[in-house]
Amino acid sequence: MTERGSIIYLEDVTVDFDGFKALRNLNFFVDYHELRVVIGPNGAGKTTLLDVISGKVKPVSGRVVFGKDTDLIPLREHEIATLGVGRKFQTPTVYTNLTVWENLDLSLRRSSKGVFATLVSTLTPAEVGKVFATMETIGLAEKAGVPAGSLSHGEKQWLEIGMVLLQDPVLLLVDEPVAGMTDQETEQTGQLLQSLADRHSIIVIEHDMEFVRQLARTVTVLHEGTVLCEGSVEKIQADPRVVEIYLGRQKEQKETSAAAH
Amino acid sequence: MSSPDLGESSGLSSAAEGTPDRRRAWLSESSATEGLSFWLVGFFLLVVMPLLNVLPATDSWLHVSDFTLNRFGKFLAYAILALGIDLIWGYTGILSLGHGVFFGLGAYAVGMHLMLSIGTESVYGSALPDFMVWNQVKELPLFWKPFYSFGFAVAAAILVPTLFATIFGFLAFRSRIRGVYFAIITQALALSAWLVFNRNETNLGGTNGLTDFKTILGFRLSDPGMQRTLYVLTVLSLGAAYLLCRWIIRSRTGKVLVAIRDSEQRVLFSGYSPANYKLFVFVVSAALAGLAGALYVPQVGIITPSQIGVLPSLEMVIWVAVGGRGTLAGAVIGAVGVNWARSILTNSFPDLWPFFLGGLFVAVVLLVPEGCVGLVRKLSGNWFARRAQPGQTAGGFGVGASVKRGLR
Repeated sequence: MTERGSIIYLEDVTVDFDGFKALRNLNFFVDYHELRVVIGPNGAGKTTLLDVISGKVKPVSGRVVFGKDTDLIPLREHEIATLGVGRKFQTPTVYTNLTVWENLDLSLRRSSKGVFATLVSTLTPAEVGKVFATMETIGLAEKAGVPAGSLSHGEKQWLEIGMVLLQDPVLLLVDEPVAGMTDQETEQTGQLLQSLADRHSIIVIEHDMEFVRQLARTVTVLHEGTVLCEGSVEKIQADPRVVEIYLGRQKEQKETSAAAH
Repeated sequence: MSSPDLGESSGLSSAAEGTPDRRRAWLSESSATEGLSFWLVGFFLLVVMPLLNVLPATDSWLHVSDFTLNRFGKFLAYAILALGIDLIWGYTGILSLGHGVFFGLGAYAVGMHLMLSIGTESVYGSALPDFMVWNQVKELPLFWKPFYSFGFAVAAAILVPTLFATIFGFLAFRSRIRGVYFAIITQALALSAWLVFNRNETNLGGTNGLTDFKTILGFRLSDPGMQRTLYVLTVLSLGAAYLLCRWIIRSRTGKVLVAIRDSEQRVLFSGYSPANYKLFVFVVSAALAGLAGALYVPQVGIITPSQIGVLPSLEMVIWVAVGGRGTLAGAVIGAVGVNWARSILTNSFPDLWPFFLGGLFVAVVLLVPEGCVGLVRKLSGNWFARRAQPGQTAGGFGVGASVKRGLR
């Protein structure tokens, strides 16, 4: 795979949930080594966008191309994951009954993840080192033998990030990584994501504008299933349409809550 | 927090240093205890029980009667099945209410061979099984013919449930049927199997099933020596099944199974196909159920549809719940314990058994959701707490074993 052009390319993608168009004629692409932030009000289709890339949701029309020419639409989730698309979910999704070590171990990129290959697979010293290095990165080295279920919320978020990193993904999809994190954890997460952008392409979905400013990269604004505008944080914050969809919505909410009282 | 470094600079030495010695010591201790209990229980079941059956005088208090030994053979056959249910339900979190069907397929396969071995000793003196004479079937149905061969019957007892589970599991897991829907669909399977086996047109003995067996490989089934042999064979099979399950559980595949229970979505997005893993564990548990059925029939001497339908399938799940799901020892303890209690209770209070079973299940779910093994662990909790990390389950293992295995 040459590292030129886009890592992911969505062309004219429409997703239809029984008549509700979560994405409509969406065009979206991300370059290699790019850190892209996607924002938008609730229901804009942000999570659906990640669902389409990772194979969880199949569009009714359009093309989804990964790397140079890999069509993602006919592939299943685990096949897309094997190609090098890692996904961090909004709520921490870890194996609560397994230890931190086992969580990370299972996530390692392996040549085969079939039942019988996994039955007899062992760890090479290099892989052991990789898992230890990741535990250092996510600050859980002291908790290797602790069941993931007894970690704090922030630690679980970090563990999941570590698990996705061990998949060694080319493209990283991150859904609201700092939801429920403390300010300090939020800042550390921001630093981690920025440092990862050297080696991976990353798509981050975020609500927290403070956090978006910290990441300070290209921002895509989604609204009602299409791209409203794209550009730097300053540019999109100055865009009247963006102000409109965020503030207008707030005004509506105020009105409805006022009407309710 | 250091900057992300996924390189291999830390390598081996840090791997060794990162393993707390204390935890490693506890781990080896726990597997040593487990290994010791395995050999002790195995020795008792395999050597002591049969010896107590043969050696002491029949009026000695040490004497194990033929009846008791035979009954234990039946319990231990059930224990093999319980191990399979524990693999799929206890570890993978998939509730199957249809394992009686796989048990039944295994039991009927061997039962058909035993039926044909009766030959002309039957009530009607015909080479055909009695129920066929009764139903005016003139010729042995084609699908019965291969069962003249003992080897075929035994192979079929394991392969037919395996094949059946492969097809059924493939369709169910591919369509992503899970949770309560899978439980219901397997219960429907149990019901339909019960209906099919009940019909006289199926030529499998109808409601009365297969019974009146006389010989196996030319030996009389009524001979205590033959029953002892079958008992020993059951113990050996149970030991092998236990080791197989333990091997699976301790492998990385076993960890994936637990991971599917915890978060199937994460497993899927980590590049594993949960459907394939579920199919694997479903098929293994079906094969174990078939083996259990094959060992059950010659020892109990009868197999009928009422032993393989909806209720028995539910009861099998209760054994595992009572013993302690998610632990292999719990499955064995539950299967033997509940059935033992049943044989005592149905002797003295035959009407009370369903109430007892239901009450037991409710009590387990409400009071000790982790079953007998969980209760014992809780009672000895202080002892464990001093040695283990809080929340560390004895069923899993920590970093120590992973690293040790990795460095091998």
